[in-house]
Amino acid sequence: MSKKPATKRSQKPQQQALSFAEPAKKAGKAETASRSKASHAHAAAVKPAPADAEKVREAPPVEAAPQVADTKVRMRVTAEKMGTQQRDISISEFFTKNRHLLGFDNASRALLTSIKEAVDNSLDACEEAGIPPHILIRITEISETRYRMHVEDNGPGIIKAQIPKVFGKLLYGSKFHRLRQSRGQQGIGISAAGMYGQLTTGKPVVVISKTGADKPAHNYHLTIDTTQNKPVIAHEAVVEWPHKEHGTSVEIEMEASYKGGRKSVDEFIQMVAVANPHARIEYFAPGKAPVIYPQVTTELPKETKEIKPHPHGIELGILQRMLQGSMARNLGGFLQGEFSRVSAAVAEEICKTAGLSTAGQLKKVTPAESERLYQAINQTKMMAPPTNCLAPIGEPALIDGLKALLVQRHIAEEEAAQRRKAEEAASAADAAQRAEAKVTEALKNIVTVAQESDDEDGEADEVEDDLSKAKKLAKQKDVQKKLARAKEVEAQAEAAPVADAEAPAEGDAVAEAAPTNLALGSVINVFDKPVFVTAVTRSPRVYRGNPFQVEAALAYGGDLGADELATVCRFANRVPLLYQQGACAMSQAVMRTNWRGYDVEQARGALPTGPLLIVVHIASVWVPFTSEAKEAVAHYDEIINELKFALQECGRRLSRHIRRRRRMADEMKKAKYIEKYIPHIGAALQDILKFNDSKRDKLVDELTGILERSRNM
Amino acid sequence: MAETRKHRSAQQAKNDKIAIKSIDDSASYIYGKIMKGQKPEIEMPLRGLSNVVYDSKKGYFEIGRSKKVRTLTVNTAKTFAQTLRMMALSKELVVTNDFATKRDAYYQSKNWRDAKFDEQPESDTVMDDIEAMFAVHDISREDLRFVPQEHGGAVAGELTVIDRDMETGKKIVIDCTKFGSGAYSVPSFVEQLEFKTNAKFVLAIETHGMFQRLQSHNYWKKAHCILVSLNGVPSRSCRRFVRRLSDECKLPVYAFTDCDPYGISNIYRTLKVGSGNAAHINRFFCVPNATYLGLAPQDIIDYELQDATHKLSEIDIKRARDALKNDPFFTEHKAWAKAMEMLVKMGVRAEQQALSKHGLNFVIDEYLPAKLKKPSAFLP
Repeated sequence: MSKKPATKRSQKPQQQALSFAEPAKKAGKAETASRSKASHAHAAAVKPAPADAEKVREAPPVEAAPQVADTKVRMRVTAEKMGTQQRDISISEFFTKNRHLLGFDNASRALLTSIKEAVDNSLDACEEAGIPPHILIRITEISETRYRMHVEDNGPGIIKAQIPKVFGKLLYGSKFHRLRQSRGQQGIGISAAGMYGQLTTGKPVVVISKTGADKPAHNYHLTIDTTQNKPVIAHEAVVEWPHKEHGTSVEIEMEASYKGGRKSVDEFIQMVAVANPHARIEYFAPGKAPVIYPQVTTELPKETKEIKPHPHGIELGILQRMLQGSMARNLGGFLQGEFSRVSAAVAEEICKTAGLSTAGQLKKVTPAESERLYQAINQTKMMAPPTNCLAPIGEPALIDGLKALLVQRHIAEEEAAQRRKAEEAASAADAAQRAEAKVTEALKNIVTVAQESDDEDGEADEVEDDLSKAKKLAKQKDVQKKLARAKEVEAQAEAAPVADAEAPAEGDAVAEAAPTNLALGSVINVFDKPVFVTAVTRSPRVYRGNPFQVEAALAYGGDLGADELATVCRFANRVPLLYQQGACAMSQAVMRTNWRGYDVEQARGALPTGPLLIVVHIASVWVPFTSEAKEAVAHYDEIINELKFALQECGRRLSRHIRRRRRMADEMKKAKYIEKYIPHIGAALQDILKFNDSKRDKLVDELTGILERSRNM
Repeated sequence: MAETRKHRSAQQAKNDKIAIKSIDDSASYIYGKIMKGQKPEIEMPLRGLSNVVYDSKKGYFEIGRSKKVRTLTVNTAKTFAQTLRMMALSKELVVTNDFATKRDAYYQSKNWRDAKFDEQPESDTVMDDIEAMFAVHDISREDLRFVPQEHGGAVAGELTVIDRDMETGKKIVIDCTKFGSGAYSVPSFVEQLEFKTNAKFVLAIETHGMFQRLQSHNYWKKAHCILVSLNGVPSRSCRRFVRRLSDECKLPVYAFTDCDPYGISNIYRTLKVGSGNAAHINRFFCVPNATYLGLAPQDIIDYELQDATHKLSEIDIKRARDALKNDPFFTEHKAWAKAMEMLVKMGVRAEQQALSKHGLNFVIDEYLPAKLKKPSAFLP
């Protein structure tokens, strides 16, 4: 018994060969690269099972010897025997065991990740097809631990043959192989979500897709064969889908939990709306009024170009694979054809440095030669990769997004408060419509009340005037509106007060006096509270041969908590990142920016404190995420530095704004000073010189005049 | 309403006239400026050590020529209003022959609503400003009827002080030999006092302990002198009292303090040349012809007091070094610089009462008589 402890079984050396089945290219050509790794069994940490421990304790000390012998026995597993254990594992199996790598490590996160993947795909598809996205997201509660997510878009649809693979095969997709800015990158996401659903509920993924008005809508129920990473079609039919000309709908039932608050689906959707002001999003969550994010801008993001890899961005293994797979006739043609920024001259130079001929046959390149080639590539100077492949959100859209977010946050809070007061009789659909109308109206009514001026000394009074004028107007308007509405419907009288642009002559003057100047930032009125907003989009840069571009935007003031740490909203290729804020290079960039230099409080090494909302965005053909769950951006110095530059520019503008505010406050204080203390000067002089009251009043008037004049100078 | 004091001495009446005229002139100037549509301003000497010069001829610190101009702007409106309010208060006090302490003035401001002072230091600063402003007209703070709160010091010996009854103006004759074991207390306002004396000198003593010893043994009778207890750094009125005694009765003033940097550079120096912080008033309050009887650093050796000393503290040493380097009093008086250096070198300090080591009355019987034999040997 003591010779064969019960634990032995579990200690058997398990050697695994990971076989990442490379997904087929569009043409369907499959390539397999396998990588095996032998791991040695480690017997040292073996603990006898409790039953054995008893035995050992009972046995006399001499009998402890077999324990040593036992270790030796374990070492005697032969290579042949080990060989029988060695086999392929499919990528699906691997991720089944490691689902945290994909963002499915707990119930609430699983729901979020699934929705995120589906929404990413929908937005990507719509944009690629040039369709303004209209996306519906619905979460249905089935039981306390089980939910169904449903995402439906108006995208181009998926052709019948591809539907099973897109949703039922991991690492299958159109985006992995091209260097082009898109939300999805790996082709794992949505199939992993389906796999998670299948794993936790046994239910298939339900897909409907339609590619055109006169085309049939295909309905599939799909599961994944996890050992072979292959879709299994459980049900297939052509269905009626009359309300959609084209689009795709995906439903997945899964073990999940739904809650609101931070890092929730609610927040995610809100953030998606910020980064995608061109999309209309309808969101239905259990137990909540529907939320509709209207399309804020009709302008679709710039179409992104696909680029070839830049030689400086590749690794040796990839180079070798490319050498094998290329159809090029010779080495020179290969370098020029497969990479960007390699001219004939550059190819010549690379080959010369590597001691190879441009006319050399690709098939004859030895591994040693390919290594020389790799080194030569890195020693050769060449142009940075083209950057027309990038589509940043852009400064105006970022500001639009910020406005939308501020309005949404305000209304969400208001709605929540209202609901707490009394359950509304109105149906959910009505509520949604009302909410949408409110958002649309609020956004329409946001007025840039003050243009931040570059002139440090003057203008303060003007700004102050504009502000108070706008405020007065808003108040007047508000009162009028309230009166009018009170007559109509009582319930609507509670509508949020907003600054209004459509005012008489004076109103127009306010709007005209404040043209949008992106270089300085502007003050907008959100629900009667001034908010400073600004955005910066940097020029594209390169990390490891990959072009990328960063953007930063911030909002300061309004409803935002003055004593709280700044809220940081991170986006990568327009996808909001909610988890792992601390590990992300983008939040690092915010923390490493010296905000104190811009009149904002900041504890050492922390986020700034103040009524501050910061948006950071990185757009790249290949965003370096720290894991497949795509939650944090890796710490590349080039990226952090670029982000810091963008944040610093925002900071400088903010600081100008804060200082101007402060000056205005000072001015107000000074004006008060005059009112307060001048009468005392009159009274004191009267006490000393004993003149009459009328003389005193004249003196006070005169003095007030002198000081008012000097103040305005 | 404060009761009007009827009596004013001739000198007082003269000073009061100047004070009222100065206040009126300043107010009229400001009034005129405003009515011409100009920003009014108040000019006053800049107070602070940077604007202090030592006049070796006169023998005291004097305020320099730097001026501070306070123009009435939005930012200075509050202080400006307060300054004028304070001037109005001063004029009222002079007219009614009344007085106010710093604390009184602070509480008076509570009637000024928005212009009131929140803390006393604010009103003290404004008072100092006004004082400096009028010092150019030879008007002291006391002339402006702002009197210090602290009491003035104790006096005993061969002196008759003639004061006046505040109500009736009748003469009150105070014989400073008749206070028994007590002493005459210097009032906070000394300008109205007249003196009669046959004493040969004034002995200004740092500690009240030593003062009591000398007084209880009627030392003043033996030495024909006036004893004044400075009680630490002398108050303004005490300094003014000694100054007037010295001026009007032509009496030499001998200082008797502890032998340490504080006793020398703070107490004695302030008595003789005034303080750097209040240079604008020094010429009224310093006693330039005072000399230093003891305890001199050399006395520690001469009277074998080494075993009755204490080690100089770090602060003492710092004070001494600082004085030697920056204080014009020490740079002007080489003898003092030498004595101070000697003290620092010895690294010890000796109190007046260290003399008791040789017997409680050693100071009366031996030390003072021996010292007084040669006043010319006193440190300047």
